[in-house]
Amino acid sequence: MSVTLAGYKKPNTEGSVLQFKKQYENFIGGEWVPPADGEYFDNPSPVDGKIFTRIPRSKKEDIELAVKKAHAVKERWGNTPAAKRSRMLLKIADVLDKNRELLALSETWDNGKPIRESLAADLPLASDHFRYFAGVIRAEEGSMSEIDANTLAMHVKEPIGVVGQIIPWNFPLLMAAWKMAPALAAGNCVILKPAEQTPVTVLLFAELIADILPPGVLNIVNGFGPEAGQALATCPDIGKIAFTGETTTGRLIMQFASENIKPVTLELGGKSPNIFTESVLAKKDSFFDKAVEGFTMFALNQGEVCTCPSRALIQESIYDEFMEKAIERVRKIKLGDPLDPTTMMGAQASEDQFQKILSYFDIGKKEGAKVLFGGEVFENKEYPGGFYVQPTIFEGNNKMRIFQEEIFGPVVSVTTYKDEKELLEIANDSLYGLGAGLWTRDTHQAYQIARKIEAGRVWVNCYHNYPAHAAFGGYKQSGIGRENHKMMLDHYRQTKNILISYDQNPTGLF
Amino acid sequence: MERVPRVLVTEEAQKVIDQLRGEHGELMFHQSGGCCDGSSPMCFRQGEFRIGLSDVLLGEVHGCPFYMSRSQFAYWEHTQLTVDITKGRGASFSLEIPLGIRFLIRSRPFTSEEKKALTPIESVS
Repeated sequence: MSVTLAGYKKPNTEGSVLQFKKQYENFIGGEWVPPADGEYFDNPSPVDGKIFTRIPRSKKEDIELAVKKAHAVKERWGNTPAAKRSRMLLKIADVLDKNRELLALSETWDNGKPIRESLAADLPLASDHFRYFAGVIRAEEGSMSEIDANTLAMHVKEPIGVVGQIIPWNFPLLMAAWKMAPALAAGNCVILKPAEQTPVTVLLFAELIADILPPGVLNIVNGFGPEAGQALATCPDIGKIAFTGETTTGRLIMQFASENIKPVTLELGGKSPNIFTESVLAKKDSFFDKAVEGFTMFALNQGEVCTCPSRALIQESIYDEFMEKAIERVRKIKLGDPLDPTTMMGAQASEDQFQKILSYFDIGKKEGAKVLFGGEVFENKEYPGGFYVQPTIFEGNNKMRIFQEEIFGPVVSVTTYKDEKELLEIANDSLYGLGAGLWTRDTHQAYQIARKIEAGRVWVNCYHNYPAHAAFGGYKQSGIGRENHKMMLDHYRQTKNILISYDQNPTGLF
Repeated sequence: MERVPRVLVTEEAQKVIDQLRGEHGELMFHQSGGCCDGSSPMCFRQGEFRIGLSDVLLGEVHGCPFYMSRSQFAYWEHTQLTVDITKGRGASFSLEIPLGIRFLIRSRPFTSEEKKALTPIESVS
């Protein structure tokens, strides 16, 4: 039994379900290939700050090899019947489910998130993503229109061919699944570059599914952004590039794509408002309890979520009473050993991320925001070398930098509004528009306010649900394109129009 | 009147800039925003990142121009920035990442006295 009452055993210890290799390679053309110039980098765990494996430091040559292998197989893969591709995706989903504990433990060790979350969210959502796209491609169709009695327009979807995907470090395997599943379902070959902070789990995943996909269909090349990432983004033989990250790199990727006239999809984060209207407090029932829990969602995944509800907008008339309950709930967040299944918040993903959060504690205080809770490092006695912070509530105003920048930590900045007009002014006073939460008992308000919030996803009376069947993506500087939902397939395909005449007679023009 | 700089750089960061300049040539910074490594300053080879009319030049750090998008500057202009470094492995295409360190911004609000004497920003033309 790999789990005890005290939690999961640490990887690489006796009896642990997970024994990491000392070194991993790139997954190219169905084989494990060392980087061309033989360089590797150390991969530490943010749980204890210690190095536990080595990862290839790949460069342009490695990316080019992967692109070559992908091109060699793209036609065969693109012409594989949807039924067959679908079956392979279903098999991948089954492998994910079967190895849920192993992969969840790896994700926790590499990223720092609590095992409770990787078991309950990252893994089941990843396998469901493969199943969703496996299902969608069996049911969808192209279209045909009769232009006139003798002319027919057919619209057939064709894969782009070979696509590049650069994924983030907050949900390493799940974000890989979000990008891989639709691309593979649509018939593309993939070159995936994992984040250099969290490269391991997707490599374990590749080990497990290596025999399911034909060699060359999925290629994973590791390395640093300025070396491997940039080589992928600038490669002229990539038909499309998808990226999740921040705005400057997003712009740079668009710039590179413009040089080769390639499409891009970008998910660049947000500063999502979580809005609590006065009707929430009309009754002290289970819905009220749900709303207070909704406030606390800023601590999910240590706040390292692009849609972290990092701004809470609370109607003035209920502020004091609501905040009293909210602080009470935040106080109950259990910090501790990420391997303990009762721990709710684990380590921040890396040392620089940890330092960045501390720099925001600093500027928040200097700008005069009031710390209502936390605001300090969390000393994790079990792991003195790990990167832990306390869940933190600031009270201030929307012009402060802690209200405008994505801290990517368990930090919420709270402010009040008087009425709907002010609610919308504050909610939309942001460079970003990825997510928003709206809590109300008034159905008219629920729809009307949701429509006026400039964001791609508005959660009404819920937060942080990510079903594969719901489109996810940003307005404003939060990016271009969507993820999830069958519409995602069109980000990975071309539309072929075949215009057919059934008229035997010449047009008479010449 | 002596102008108050909008962006400073620590000695440790200067050493890293020197090291990177030795390896890559002239450098530039662009302040990022958004998810993951957002809020971190990005260091590129001079001219590699295309600066446009949407950007402003805040000043120079150790001989490198430091830019930010104009829309982001509207929310940052009341604070003085200091480019520092920390250990760690950031993502993004910033040049220092292979060194196992990351540029980091530390900030403080300008005093009302300082606000009267700030270095003017330059538009990019």
